[in-house]
Amino acid sequence: MIGDDAMNDVQLDDTSTPGEGFARNEQARTSGVEDNARRASVESQDIILSTEGITKSFGALIVLRGIDIHLRRGEVLGLVGDNGSGKSTFVKILCGFHRQDAGKIFVDNQEVSFHSVKDARRTGIETVYQDLALVPALTVYQNLFLNREITRFGMLRWLSNRKMRQLARQYLDDINVQVSSVDALIESMSGGQRQAVALARATHQESKILLLDEPLAAMGAKESALVIDLVKDLSHNRGVSMLIIDHNYQHLFELCDRLNVLQEGRITLDLRVEDTTMEDVTALMVADYRRRIKLGQEELRV
Amino acid sequence: MRRVSDVFFVRAEATIVVVCVALIAYFSWRNSAFYSYTNIVTMAQYTAPIAVIGAGEVLLLDLAEIDLSAGQVFLTAPWFVVFMGQHGVPLGWAIGLSLIVSSLIGAFNGSIVVWLKVPSFVATLGVNYVLAGYVLVVSSDITTDMNGTTGKFGAVMGISNWAEGLWGLGLVLVIWALLKGTVFGLHTTATGGNELGAAEAGVRTRQVKIWCFVIIALISAIIGIVDSIRIGSLDPAAPGLNEMLAGVTAAVIGGTALTGGKATVVGTLIGAIVLGVLEDGFNLIGISANWFILVEGAVILMAMAINVQLGRVTAKTLRQ
Repeated sequence: MIGDDAMNDVQLDDTSTPGEGFARNEQARTSGVEDNARRASVESQDIILSTEGITKSFGALIVLRGIDIHLRRGEVLGLVGDNGSGKSTFVKILCGFHRQDAGKIFVDNQEVSFHSVKDARRTGIETVYQDLALVPALTVYQNLFLNREITRFGMLRWLSNRKMRQLARQYLDDINVQVSSVDALIESMSGGQRQAVALARATHQESKILLLDEPLAAMGAKESALVIDLVKDLSHNRGVSMLIIDHNYQHLFELCDRLNVLQEGRITLDLRVEDTTMEDVTALMVADYRRRIKLGQEELRV
Repeated sequence: MRRVSDVFFVRAEATIVVVCVALIAYFSWRNSAFYSYTNIVTMAQYTAPIAVIGAGEVLLLDLAEIDLSAGQVFLTAPWFVVFMGQHGVPLGWAIGLSLIVSSLIGAFNGSIVVWLKVPSFVATLGVNYVLAGYVLVVSSDITTDMNGTTGKFGAVMGISNWAEGLWGLGLVLVIWALLKGTVFGLHTTATGGNELGAAEAGVRTRQVKIWCFVIIALISAIIGIVDSIRIGSLDPAAPGLNEMLAGVTAAVIGGTALTGGKATVVGTLIGAIVLGVLEDGFNLIGISANWFILVEGAVILMAMAINVQLGRVTAKTLRQ
């Protein structure tokens, strides 16, 4: 991506301090070299997850053309893009479901290689899928501890239900998730509560990085507020770093510290939420689209 | 404090308990011999295989699967013992080997379902007929005695009055503990309730499924051998599907859902007792066996209708 004109042209500098806004970015645009230098300095202890030049094709279809992202410790990064922009593919590479054709993934500045979802989980990357992977017929605490049960009697693997209930109650209290009871069945809960339980499950074991797939899909305002509060709490008070994909800007503006825009298999924008507005993002995306049409890189589509 | 109506909404077993108590009251009022020692022994012997196969089916129904071959495994396992005896294998060894072969049949069922993705209804139906045909061919369709079961070993393995009832109760309790108390049971329910989700959470759903097929085959074989030792002879033409359907009926009227995710071993045990009480009671008060089948059908329909209606209400009230 470095040296890629099509990118640098609209790339916003993520290292700019708050308040510098677009003026700073105008400057960065004029000086690609300076931009790269500053970019390198970001590679510090502060970065928990980063990728370099991730590409992926399915047959003749090129989905990802070189993705570079970085996620800071405790940061909530939103990945936005239209349907088919490749954001799900990218997340599936990060969680070990797909393997990239080329490019590198770093966790804690160590290069990692995932051959399975389990590999990714072992390095501390947890994924909350859109379907939440909860079992409706089981209770809150059973879902929280699914496949990580606390047992006694050794080989018998007898469930220590009392202990799990107690720990579940304690953890849900810690992260301010309100459920009527840890014995309530998931099928009796609202979408927001289910999402909260799924988030709790992903974070109550040592997960450093959380990948969230459209956490606010099909949720009402009240439900959304619940999940937004939880995401903020997890990132601010627990230091969980999160990558959220969504195609709804409004959701991402509420949830994230920073946004990366994925278009046509590339990150085309990287901005801090506090420096920008939804209108700006839309305007920049449209501008980029027009420019590429002009350059003949993009066919006009309706 | 829970209201009585809540118990009915929440506990799937409640309906069948009421039916069971009502039937026992009715038959003991009609004929005092219902409470006699010999009659209770008879009922225990009749109920045990249904309860055991039913408990096994609960595991599979919990997975949203079914094993139609369980009744035939129940009938075939003692044939394995007899065939091995005919080749000079001592009884104890023959029983052990028969249980191993039966477990492998279960593993075969499970593997076909998990790896070849054949629906369990079809896969186990095929295995059912293969086993039934095997027994007919190898026995030349001749009724055979179950020999050599004397002394203490014979008593424990079925000759004693209470042997079959206790084996049945013991096996049902094991399945109950397995489903209610262990990680395996939890993973079974999780796999049945949301297979993809459970797999995403790291549950080894394929292994869980195969083990459930192994377990039902093993317990069906155990109670089958005990049952045949008690009776003393084997009928090669006995239809295994009947025994299996009785087990599934016990599970379903006991409150287990055919669609997975709701399973109760206790309900199944009571369901099996209801079937036993019905059959026995009809005999006692002198109603022909032909009527029994008709009434059994009516009881199943009623119990199911009530369960489904209560289930609907439960789901609605819980969601609010």
